[in-house]
Amino acid sequence: MEVSEMQRQFVEYSQSLFREGYLDSQFTQLQQLQDESNPDFVMEVVTLFFEDSERLIRDLTCALDQQIVDFKTVDAHVHQLKGSSSSIGAQRVKNACVEFRNFCEEQNADACRACLQQVNQEYFLVKSKLQTLFTMEQQIVAAGGSIPIMD
Amino acid sequence: MNLGGAVTGSMSYPSSTLTRKSGEVSDKFPAGLRVLVVDDDPTCLTILEKMLRTCRYEVRKTNRAEVALTMLRENKNGFDIVISDVHMPDMDGFKLLEHVGLEMDLPVIMMSADDSKNVVMKGVTHGACDYLIKPVRMEALKNIWQHVVRKKKNEWKDLEQSSSWDEGDHQHKQDDAVSSPGNEGSWKSSKRKGEDEETDPDKDDTSTLKKPRVVWSVELHQQFVAAVNQLGIDKAVPKKILELMNVPGLTRENVASHLQKYRLYLRRLSGVSQHQGGLNNSFMPQDSGFGTMSPLGGIDLQTLAATGQLSAQTLAAYTRMAPAMKQGMSMPFVDQRNLFSFENSKLRYGEGLQQQQLNNMNKQMNMLHGIPTTMEPKQLAGLNQAGSTLGSINMQANASSSLQNSSLLIPMMPQQSRGQVLNESLGGQVSRVQSSIGQPMQSNSGTTGGLLSRNGMGYNSVSQGALSVDFSVNQISDLPSSGFPLGSTHGITSITPKGFNKEEVSSGIKVTSGYAPNYDIFTELQQHKPQDWQLQNPGMAFGSSSQLATSVQTSVNVAPSILVNQSFVTNPKNEQNGNTLVGKPTFSAGLESQHVGLQNANQNVNGLLVDNAPRVKAEAVYDGVSPGTGLFSEHYGQEDLMSALLKQQEGSIAPGEFDFDGYTLDNIPV
Repeated sequence: MEVSEMQRQFVEYSQSLFREGYLDSQFTQLQQLQDESNPDFVMEVVTLFFEDSERLIRDLTCALDQQIVDFKTVDAHVHQLKGSSSSIGAQRVKNACVEFRNFCEEQNADACRACLQQVNQEYFLVKSKLQTLFTMEQQIVAAGGSIPIMD
Repeated sequence: MNLGGAVTGSMSYPSSTLTRKSGEVSDKFPAGLRVLVVDDDPTCLTILEKMLRTCRYEVRKTNRAEVALTMLRENKNGFDIVISDVHMPDMDGFKLLEHVGLEMDLPVIMMSADDSKNVVMKGVTHGACDYLIKPVRMEALKNIWQHVVRKKKNEWKDLEQSSSWDEGDHQHKQDDAVSSPGNEGSWKSSKRKGEDEETDPDKDDTSTLKKPRVVWSVELHQQFVAAVNQLGIDKAVPKKILELMNVPGLTRENVASHLQKYRLYLRRLSGVSQHQGGLNNSFMPQDSGFGTMSPLGGIDLQTLAATGQLSAQTLAAYTRMAPAMKQGMSMPFVDQRNLFSFENSKLRYGEGLQQQQLNNMNKQMNMLHGIPTTMEPKQLAGLNQAGSTLGSINMQANASSSLQNSSLLIPMMPQQSRGQVLNESLGGQVSRVQSSIGQPMQSNSGTTGGLLSRNGMGYNSVSQGALSVDFSVNQISDLPSSGFPLGSTHGITSITPKGFNKEEVSSGIKVTSGYAPNYDIFTELQQHKPQDWQLQNPGMAFGSSSQLATSVQTSVNVAPSILVNQSFVTNPKNEQNGNTLVGKPTFSAGLESQHVGLQNANQNVNGLLVDNAPRVKAEAVYDGVSPGTGLFSEHYGQEDLMSALLKQQEGSIAPGEFDFDGYTLDNIPV
């Protein structure tokens, strides 16, 4: 595939992610932070996000599996996940977290579990999309091209 | 503030500090700003670090609050500002905020994905200089340097004033006349202020003061008070106090400025006689504590002031709280005060007096909780309204006359508050604060030590009030007399929502009645009002314990004439007080003490008031104090009340009779 074609596809894919709400303007901020001195910044941060999120989701699953659910703990985890997802720009994950927190407040364990599923789903979705995006970037760079700058 | 100008022009301090530390960034300020970021979320931490680096700041990060504290402690002057997350597993962000404020006196920015109002409010009351909602954007970080500059500017100003006051204070000691010291002091201070730029000797003193940030913690202040008592208030010279205290790292200048504030505070309480042994104990002016308390104290004090039973102890407790407020809130206290004084002059004489008294009372009374309020039912009603949820600052607390005040105050508020202060129901806030503060402190019996401890307890319960106190008061609004840094209305606002007891409010009001301070004083007092207001808030629960009455009386006995002086004197000192006190004791501690003191004071005041046939109009004053503006008005009110009360007791009314009936909070310049 030609570099220009790769770049075009990259742009299109990127835009679709924003359009469908997987990513928001915060992600753009991250992209803008990336520069020559820190060429892999976005990837590094996103990788951190992946690790952190998976840990949190694991903890949440564990907490909700308890006989007696400690909603305070659950809420704390969700809060953190909300914070990191919003910092990354993973909008749908963040929104799922917001909803999750509401049910935490209500201390509705079943609804919480449903929310956790939702969060989990959104998370893996955005993860795979971001990974696709990075792969495309790498291919462009490998082919000698430069990554198009998104607005 | 004209930050740009501050940075390049008059604000040489921050640059010089940076230069001293980093050696070469002063010219490029804000580049090179040394930031410490604390967040348990690694994603956010990394992003923040990157963003800050892009802003050309120097960044160090950690995901643990304990580690952050260690870093800060090991390198006291190694950072300019701290950014911390609210929710952290090992330590609550607010706790870290308090520690930093107390120990290092650095500006702290809180951040969280949580944007609920009460959390943000908590940040404000704990003394955070800003609150960022995640996700944090670059634009938000670009301007954080303003907090550093602002803080330094305020500190510098306070230091300057403190040092100048120091000299003036010695003079005062020798003066017997009640009125003269105040006049002289104020004259001196104003004169000094004018010479700030060129007073090299002062600068030398203050330069040493400038760098090390002395936190007048509760313990430190207790030591100070003990030393002063040991020496005797008249013989207590900074040098000897310093020796007695035997605190490493404390300089004579630190003690001197603190002593000034303390003296003013005592004068306020005792009125005529300067020999207020009892007061000494109760006086706990702590910059940080006071700051926090301001919002609360103001309210309580007012009430107490009304009853004229502001005990020194309560006041002290309040002061303690006040300093807490100073933690990092760089409130435009000065501005507020100026406004306040300005407005005061416009007040009717009687009203102004009331306010003054209230202010005085407020300062002292903050800690008075149990002051019986002879407020009329409607006043109470108004108060009650005001007392409704603290959180809803917007509440129009003043059903009655307070509304007037509120309206008056409200306009002031915008100026003062950082935006957090709600203009609306100052009165409500104030009253609320009072009640909230007063409540926990029911059990004070009025010893300084006791106060301190109680304050702590009281504070806990009053946490809300403390919240308000925290902000802004820290730095600027240090009322000379009591060393309560009322500072910005921020603190005040938050305090009010606490829901002060009606009683408190009314008691505060009562004090004003019957007191006829001079207009000039009012102006001065008004300036201090923020402090008073804060004081008032905390201790507004009026009880009627004889103990308090006694103590209050003592404190109240500060001759009305002194009030005049106090107000006069205090004004200039406001700034300095704020700075010197900078210690920033935990807000909570301060509040607690204040509460205790207030309770006691309240009780006393009540008793006093009864005798004095206080004009309840104070309520108007009181209610009218909106959180933002309320600070001032309440503050003022207490002073007035106190003055009035004192006068009544003394049997000598200052020039002219105060017609408190007509006194409304409106007059209180916010």
